[in-house]
Amino acid sequence: MAEIQIKNVAKQFGEYQALHDINLTIADQEFMVLLGASGCGKSTLLRIICGLETATTGEVWIGGRRVDHLAPKDRGISMVFQNYAVFPHLTVFENIGFGLRMQKMSNDEVKRRVERTATLMHIEQLLQRYSGELSGGQRQRVAVARALAMEPDVILMDEPLSNLDALLRMEMRAELKGVLAESKTTAIYVTHDQVEAMSMADRISVMHEGKIVQAASPIEVYRNPAAEFVASFIGNPPMNFLNATPAGDGKWSVAGNVVDGPRANGPLQFAIRPEDMQLSDAGLTATAKVVEPLGAHLLVTCELDGKMFRAVLDSDLTVNPGDALTLAPQADRVRWFDPGTTLAVA
Amino acid sequence: MSARYLPYILILPVTLFLCIFFLYPFVLVAQQAFSTGNGFTLDNFRNVTGHWKFPISLKNTLLLAAAVVPVQVVLALLMATMVSRMKKGRDMVLYIWTIPLGISDLAAGIIWLAIFEQSGFLNSMLSGLGVIDKPANLLTYQNPWIVFVAIALAEIWRATAIMLVILVAGIGLIPREYYEAAEVFGASPWKRFMRITLPLLRPSLSTALVIRVILAFEVFAVVQAIGGTLFPVLMSETFNYQFELLNGGAAAAIALIILAISIGFTVMILRLLRVPKGATI
Repeated sequence: MAEIQIKNVAKQFGEYQALHDINLTIADQEFMVLLGASGCGKSTLLRIICGLETATTGEVWIGGRRVDHLAPKDRGISMVFQNYAVFPHLTVFENIGFGLRMQKMSNDEVKRRVERTATLMHIEQLLQRYSGELSGGQRQRVAVARALAMEPDVILMDEPLSNLDALLRMEMRAELKGVLAESKTTAIYVTHDQVEAMSMADRISVMHEGKIVQAASPIEVYRNPAAEFVASFIGNPPMNFLNATPAGDGKWSVAGNVVDGPRANGPLQFAIRPEDMQLSDAGLTATAKVVEPLGAHLLVTCELDGKMFRAVLDSDLTVNPGDALTLAPQADRVRWFDPGTTLAVA
Repeated sequence: MSARYLPYILILPVTLFLCIFFLYPFVLVAQQAFSTGNGFTLDNFRNVTGHWKFPISLKNTLLLAAAVVPVQVVLALLMATMVSRMKKGRDMVLYIWTIPLGISDLAAGIIWLAIFEQSGFLNSMLSGLGVIDKPANLLTYQNPWIVFVAIALAEIWRATAIMLVILVAGIGLIPREYYEAAEVFGASPWKRFMRITLPLLRPSLSTALVIRVILAFEVFAVVQAIGGTLFPVLMSETFNYQFELLNGGAAAAIALIILAISIGFTVMILRLLRVPKGATI
């Protein structure tokens, strides 16, 4: 059992506040992704959990035990590094067995565990090679095997797929997810890639400027972003925003249309995902500017109310730049944000 | 001009320079060593190795290298590790530690002579503290070990920095992620040094060792300043043959013997610290 609790963790580098009062609980065997743009503090948080960095204030608990004063090796964790950190002077075998050797495990046990994890990661034929003789993808597998061989309670991953090419990344994504689910370890995975986050996570913590903006399941984060930042960060193309002014009694005026909305004192931001709109007789009228046929669908970038507004339409449609489109937003997919606090309004 | 010949033309100046100033004199020295005026002979070698001072100076040279180089390796590693962990003042400490490199070896010898001689700092200090009644002459043939220690100390003081700068550069090249990975996987600071720093430092370490060992076999001015004739080494014998006995052939022969020893040790060091095939460091 390895539930992770992060309590009031803050980190300051000199004058710079990298993390503000982070509180997060990660359930046993959960796959948690820390997602955010570079510089948002996600790697710092991971390094604090790992013990390579010390929090300025706050506590880290793993499996009911406070660990923030312990050395990394005593925390029951292991880690996959962004550049793999596969030791170049050791063979793959010795790399995977490095942590086990440090624990003074017997040769037989080391051999058994190394071979088991190598088989799991499909690198059993590479055990006598050196890191310099491996491809990026193989090195990545060695790094994961090394972390798994420790049989840790928690496995931490810092952008482990960011150095692979797109195709390999997709392949490794699925494989990693399967292997981790089978190993029954709690996983924390840092990435800036939202597709990776969406596809792998049980839960995503979206981070922005040293704070966790939202921690929820991928579909929740996608459908019900807690803040404007999450709405615009997740989803490709991102969510559309339009200014809405109150038209009384829960009605809102959006780009000349009157739409049902929350009972609140305005103004608000009206938000809709590009794929949640259809061509219709009534709705928002926009002028198509750029049309991108992407095969699976048609991405149309329009101008609406002086803003960029994107719609994902059926690929069978014929749309030309300059066309006037009438787009009907799917009512249950419309979200509202307070422009002052940038938070979602129900 | 054809592109085919351009590379050769570009390396021509340096090739000429090396031929005129290194290869040609070397051939002359070899010629001198292998002749006594009439044809090829090994007489010069028989002559110098048969002399009673040769085994002593060979022993002294090897002993000095054996005493000085290991101490310097350990010191330089220690200092390099320290320096590379410093966040502030790193450059200043490095500059101060490398000052001895800027001093000529004769001057370094004289500095340490000033410490150890009869009217030197050590004697004044000891008599000032009342440890000894009157200044003693330490550097005499009755105290060969003090002479040896004084020379070794001077050498360590003078030439450790040359290894230090190479090792500092080498340590700087080791990515931090390796240390972090080792730490996460349970390696103590000592284990990290033994299992990460040392193996990854092998290329720098072998360069530093080769340079240092070669310099150790060429030791001369420091020995001359402190030990004079009390502590003959191979290089001082070369000097004596050339300038005291005016026997150029014998001097050339000893010079070639020193070269052979240096090559032997260089090959040994390179073998010993060889990176395993396939490993990229």
